[in-house]
Amino acid sequence: MNLTWRLAWRNLWRHSRRTWLTVGAMVFCNVLLIFLISLQLGSYQMMIDNSLAAYTGHVQIQHRGYLEQQRMRQSIPEISALADELRTTLGQGDVAARGMAFALASSRERSFGVLLSGVQASYEPGVSTFPGLIRQGRYLNPGDSEHIVVGAVLAQNLKVGLGDEITFIGSGRDGSFAAGVAVVVGILESGMEEIDRSVAQVPLAWFQQMFSMGEGGHAVVVRLPGLEQVPAALATAWTLVEKSPDLVVHDWDAMQPGLRQAIASDMASGWFMYAVLIILVAFSVLNTQLMSVLERTREFGVMLALGMRPVQLARLIGMETLLMSGLGMALGVALGSVLTWYLSVAGFAYPGMEELGAKFNMPGRMYPEVSLLSLLWGPAVVFLGGLLAAVYPALRLLRLVPVAAMRAA
Amino acid sequence: MAVPLRVIGTLAWRNLWRNHRRTLIMLLAIAIGVWAMIFMSALMRGMTDEMIDNGLHNLPGEVQIHALRYRADPSVVNSMALPSGALAKALQQAPVQAWSARVRVPAVIASERDSRGVTLLGVDPATEALLGAWPEEIVQGRFLQDEHDRGLVIGMKLAQKLQTGLGKRVVLMSQDPGNDVADWGMRVVGIYRARLESTEEQFVYAGRSLVQQKLGIGAQVSEIAVTARDYRGVPLWYPQLASAAGETLEVMPWTELDSFLATYLSVQDGFSLIFMVVVFLVLSFGLVNTLAMAVFERVREIGLMQALGMPPTMIIGQLLLESLYLLLLGLALGNLLALLSIKPLESGIDISSVAQGMEMMGMGSILYPVLSVQDMLMSTAVVIVLGLLASLLPAWRAARLDPVRALNTI
Repeated sequence: MNLTWRLAWRNLWRHSRRTWLTVGAMVFCNVLLIFLISLQLGSYQMMIDNSLAAYTGHVQIQHRGYLEQQRMRQSIPEISALADELRTTLGQGDVAARGMAFALASSRERSFGVLLSGVQASYEPGVSTFPGLIRQGRYLNPGDSEHIVVGAVLAQNLKVGLGDEITFIGSGRDGSFAAGVAVVVGILESGMEEIDRSVAQVPLAWFQQMFSMGEGGHAVVVRLPGLEQVPAALATAWTLVEKSPDLVVHDWDAMQPGLRQAIASDMASGWFMYAVLIILVAFSVLNTQLMSVLERTREFGVMLALGMRPVQLARLIGMETLLMSGLGMALGVALGSVLTWYLSVAGFAYPGMEELGAKFNMPGRMYPEVSLLSLLWGPAVVFLGGLLAAVYPALRLLRLVPVAAMRAA
Repeated sequence: MAVPLRVIGTLAWRNLWRNHRRTLIMLLAIAIGVWAMIFMSALMRGMTDEMIDNGLHNLPGEVQIHALRYRADPSVVNSMALPSGALAKALQQAPVQAWSARVRVPAVIASERDSRGVTLLGVDPATEALLGAWPEEIVQGRFLQDEHDRGLVIGMKLAQKLQTGLGKRVVLMSQDPGNDVADWGMRVVGIYRARLESTEEQFVYAGRSLVQQKLGIGAQVSEIAVTARDYRGVPLWYPQLASAAGETLEVMPWTELDSFLATYLSVQDGFSLIFMVVVFLVLSFGLVNTLAMAVFERVREIGLMQALGMPPTMIIGQLLLESLYLLLLGLALGNLLALLSIKPLESGIDISSVAQGMEMMGMGSILYPVLSVQDMLMSTAVVIVLGLLASLLPAWRAARLDPVRALNTI
């Protein structure tokens, strides 16, 4: 440790209370930033995982234009074969084929319009969480044909229970009249009204027959272990559909553009708050360093008279700030990591969050994500902000005239 | 009292400006903090208001009246007669500003190309307009003229999905009270745009009498929507309506009709306060620091004042007053900044780049910040109360100085 560093370190502790207060401001801000950023990143991760796991999946193969228009005739021919092929090529995750059609559902007492999905009973549980939400009866079995699983609200509105029949009327792929009768074998309850009102799933084979779909369907859904595998799976799927120009591959971002934007807008409001905190801490540093420069004017005058150059004095102030900010960062990161790590294991909730979570399809507890990024981003910016704040006090030293400085009160 | 308050006041004010650089920096920090508190609250209040406005526009109304079983089973079977007697009287009195009786049933709409499930609203355009529940913008054609109008008004998004358009015919299917499917053809006479695409897809409007006639329900309606144009005051007046409606009808405020919206409102209100306190905490380190330094520089002087007979409470008072001046100046500046920055933005901030994300939260693509006196007062209260609390420590230390020792420090 050379002399200037030692001088800087000792200068810091000439006013230990002031230094601690400034360091305290930094530590407080750092801990807060680490906590909030981890929480934010953790909740995004959760929001994406949960919304995609529910039904959409990470990647889908569809007919070109189906995503926007959802027309019956925009279908994929030989869909089960394509799904099988993708499943073997991919080697990981789950793949299932689906067909979707709008139909008028009538029970003995009530009629409602529903969006009917034809699903592969053996593969659907791998790509969607819905099959796991059955509250009465069972999910579809591979051997089922004229059977249906409906959401609890829909069942209530239609006034049907297990074993009751529902009649469907709609139009087939070729515009022909389509009709069928299915028996309710399972009732699904997610607790989210929108889902419980809309789910109606029948076996794909029966669906294809009723709506004159042939061997066709509307979407091949892929669910992967994590978001990291999406680009690779996307590429694999594209090579499979290369030979059929009518088909396209969408990733989750294309299918649920709202998700990324909701995150972006939430992030923007988060950053506004962080920026304010960081600016306020920088002001605190500015004030401290300016004070410490002003009160040492005489001392600096003497040092100048003894032959020190103004640049060296400015560097001294820079070093003091560096040490102080470094201390704030070290303590902040240490405390923040411990706190966030604890919460990432124990979870964290605030009142009212469960209802909000239900709307955004998030669990009632949040688990902050601990990563190098979430731990270091905030403190690093605070550190830089602190250094930047010392520029003005340091620049003042460059204009110091020895004789006048020594005479200053 | 040995020293008049005016002297203390003058002392505190002059002391504040002895080191004007330090004071100015602190002043700026407080002002920025206060500005951020108010600005953030204004943005959040704008978001919340927008969400609730949208929510209430879609409900619509702040209070709704239904037949007892309608909410569990939104079928045409669970209809009710138009209000009469006590209820009709209650609906004409303040604070009720407007009400509208509507038929609201699930239906299927089919064009020659495609079909979709929708909510069919049979409305009386005149009362709907008073209620403020008209679609925001008719982009093609016209809205319904009266309750006997034979036309249909649908949303833009729905028109696209059905591949239909103005002047084209569509078929509507819904259930009649006898559990048979009633279907009839209608011509699209208007296409509307709403703030949310999901609204455009869900609601189609037709004349009330026409729908009643097609469904064969006489003059019965499904719901009565009531507004007093003040969503926060609903708990005060809806009970009167409930007692007037009697036991065969269900009267519900929006907080129960849409519990998510109600929760969101309370969470947001709480969050504003938390944000203010957090900003203040960061600010308080600087405040305590500044004051502690001020005391430190003046140890001798404080010792002298004590030696001359100034009681410790006066010293505390003097320092607190100094802090109060600083806080008040900062608050004034911060509030002014907030006023100047929010006023020009009140016409709306375009956030359409994240429109679909906002739609997930039930918001449109333009954000209107709302500067409210309540937020300004709340931030002022937070800053003054917590600021004086934070200043107590250095002030108390100053008052406990031993005069002899203080006089002897350099």
